[in-house]
Amino acid sequence: MKFKVNGDEIFASTGGRPFDKNKPLIIFVHGSGLTHMTWVLQTRYFAFHGYSVLALDLPGHGLSKGKSLKTIEDMADWISSVIDAVGYQEASLVGHSQGCLVTIECTARYPDKIKTLSLMGGAGAIPMNPDLLALAENGDPKAVDLMMDWAHGPAGHFGGHPVPGLYHINTGGMLAKSRTIKDTLGVDFRACDNYKNGFEAAKKIKIPTLSILATDDKMCPVKEGKKLADLIEGSKVDIIDNCGHMMLLEEADRVLKVLKNFITANFPAK
Amino acid sequence: MSDKNKKGPESKTYKFDTLSLHAGYQPHKNAGSRQVPIYQTTSYLFDDVDHAAALFNLERGGHIYSRISNPTVGVLEERVASLEGGTAALATSSGMSAIFLTVMTLCEAGDHLVVSSQLYGGTVNLFRLTLPKFGIKCTFVKPRDTEGFKKAIQKNTKGIFGELVGNPGNELMNMPEISKIAHDAGIPLIVDATYQTPYLCKPFEHGADIVVHSLTKWMAGHGSSMAGILIEGGNFDWMQNDKFPTMTKPYEGYHGLSFAEEFGPTAFTMKARAEGMRDFGPCLSPQNAWNVLQGIETLSVRMKKHCSNAEEMVKYLLNHESVAWVSHPSVPDHPDHALAKKLLPNGRGSMIAFGIKGGKDAGVAFINNVKLASHLANVGDTRTLVIHPASGTHSQMDEATLKFAGLSHDMIRLSVGIEDIDDIKNDFEIGFRAARKPRLVSNQ
Repeated sequence: MKFKVNGDEIFASTGGRPFDKNKPLIIFVHGSGLTHMTWVLQTRYFAFHGYSVLALDLPGHGLSKGKSLKTIEDMADWISSVIDAVGYQEASLVGHSQGCLVTIECTARYPDKIKTLSLMGGAGAIPMNPDLLALAENGDPKAVDLMMDWAHGPAGHFGGHPVPGLYHINTGGMLAKSRTIKDTLGVDFRACDNYKNGFEAAKKIKIPTLSILATDDKMCPVKEGKKLADLIEGSKVDIIDNCGHMMLLEEADRVLKVLKNFITANFPAK
Repeated sequence: MSDKNKKGPESKTYKFDTLSLHAGYQPHKNAGSRQVPIYQTTSYLFDDVDHAAALFNLERGGHIYSRISNPTVGVLEERVASLEGGTAALATSSGMSAIFLTVMTLCEAGDHLVVSSQLYGGTVNLFRLTLPKFGIKCTFVKPRDTEGFKKAIQKNTKGIFGELVGNPGNELMNMPEISKIAHDAGIPLIVDATYQTPYLCKPFEHGADIVVHSLTKWMAGHGSSMAGILIEGGNFDWMQNDKFPTMTKPYEGYHGLSFAEEFGPTAFTMKARAEGMRDFGPCLSPQNAWNVLQGIETLSVRMKKHCSNAEEMVKYLLNHESVAWVSHPSVPDHPDHALAKKLLPNGRGSMIAFGIKGGKDAGVAFINNVKLASHLANVGDTRTLVIHPASGTHSQMDEATLKFAGLSHDMIRLSVGIEDIDDIKNDFEIGFRAARKPRLVSNQ
């Protein structure tokens, strides 16, 4: 669906079901340079099981208008504005990679609005490889190729997507190339590299939090994810083996199972 | 070393030959079986009612019924998508069903397509005779008439379709230019790249949006199994205009789902499977999918030999007294030689068309007397194949259509196999000797 946030027309997938304000809201926040489509194997389940779902395209990404936001802090404030814009008081947040930084910061800033937090492939800081950052800021498609290479675990490089016929390295790459690389991936990578408040923000979080980590994640390794989780009171950690950073595609079913158990227990549908 | 010469990080995603053997399959998820298992089953157990509903609602990936998807077929689909550089693929029972499914996913009654005139005869008949019965009309344009494709586009045109190298005349479409024409008109370019396989050309790199193959040919390569596939490039924006309501508007068949919004770079394949396979059902058998996978494992090895043998045969035919003309993109005076060099850097393919002196009678004598080359209606076998198109593959066309498709009565279509090249030439000598005999008799 399309709606306005801070004057810009924003797109969010509602998981294939009509958006219903009477149902609890789950907001999914994508990673650097990507779009709402990375969440398709998680969102549709919740949309069909009693939740209202918004898998967002951040400003300037996917089908959303406006310009890419330049800092994680601005993105965190923007998520709060999304909740206001759709007429809700509260929501559950799910983030992947950069989306984890955004949702951590948002939860720390707006503790009354956020009811549960689910982090996939998250860390307290995501410093960027300087070569990768430079390529992305120059709009070089090689940045996308490198990201897709590093973001998939050894098994993920072979494929074996749960949706028959989809080859996820190319699908992810096409998502990242769907808009101008330097204006999406370049801006996002710089925002990640500049963000230093993750660990401090984590200490402020007092809501049920889940970290899903993957054994073969080279971008946000398990030890970095655990370091972050240790700072969040009562945080749960689930580790997916034989899987890389793109866990939401590489091991979509296993991720969905963990996420489903966590959200339905801590943020039940009516 | 100065910073200028510093080599940055390189992507280590697997390359073509490795993907040919491994893409789409993880042994540890299949009892450790090194070879892809053949899932010879019609249907799949649901964990519970919720799981069943999730699969039917496209909430989760997985298999329901082998008409829609099958794990062995799924490996083939991913493998071909990876080799083509596509986002997704859907395998079908034959190349023709891949084309039909592509058209039926793209078009509705009242729509129009612009189509290259030089196509396999069955494809010509689909576009010329069968699709009009569904209310889908086509305008044929000669493959080299790039401007003609532009002129033929109408308000209701939903795509341009063609074979990159036309069957059987070996005329090339200028794919990069024609893709620009298509994209300027907000419509996709669909390319049948059966003759090339992704080893010789990846059409997505030259502007194609959807690629179709008859996998029966070089991809399977051994003349054993029928199969087809459609592959999506993932770059076409279905929401850029209002031409594709079936992709962008809520679809009643899946609770108001918009395929373009929900699946983006894989939307076309998702719709072709969810609607096309559900309603038309031209599914590929798991055994045939497995056979094709065996072929793909050696694709690059075979294609190199096919192409080197073809180039040898081109030289042989060009210098032969019984041959009137030879058409192959490797011939320097072929009108598309330069374009072929650009689009087919790894080889120009193994399809040769040549004219035999003495016309139709000589052609018939040649075909009836070769012993090693097989006379049959197929191409892309490991074995050398020959046919006289005007009396075989394209025999259902009238005289005018034959002429428009660039066919002549002296034309022989040769699909060069990977036998020893000397044996192929020796066999052709037998055929040519027989072909000369009627003329020698009549001259006396």
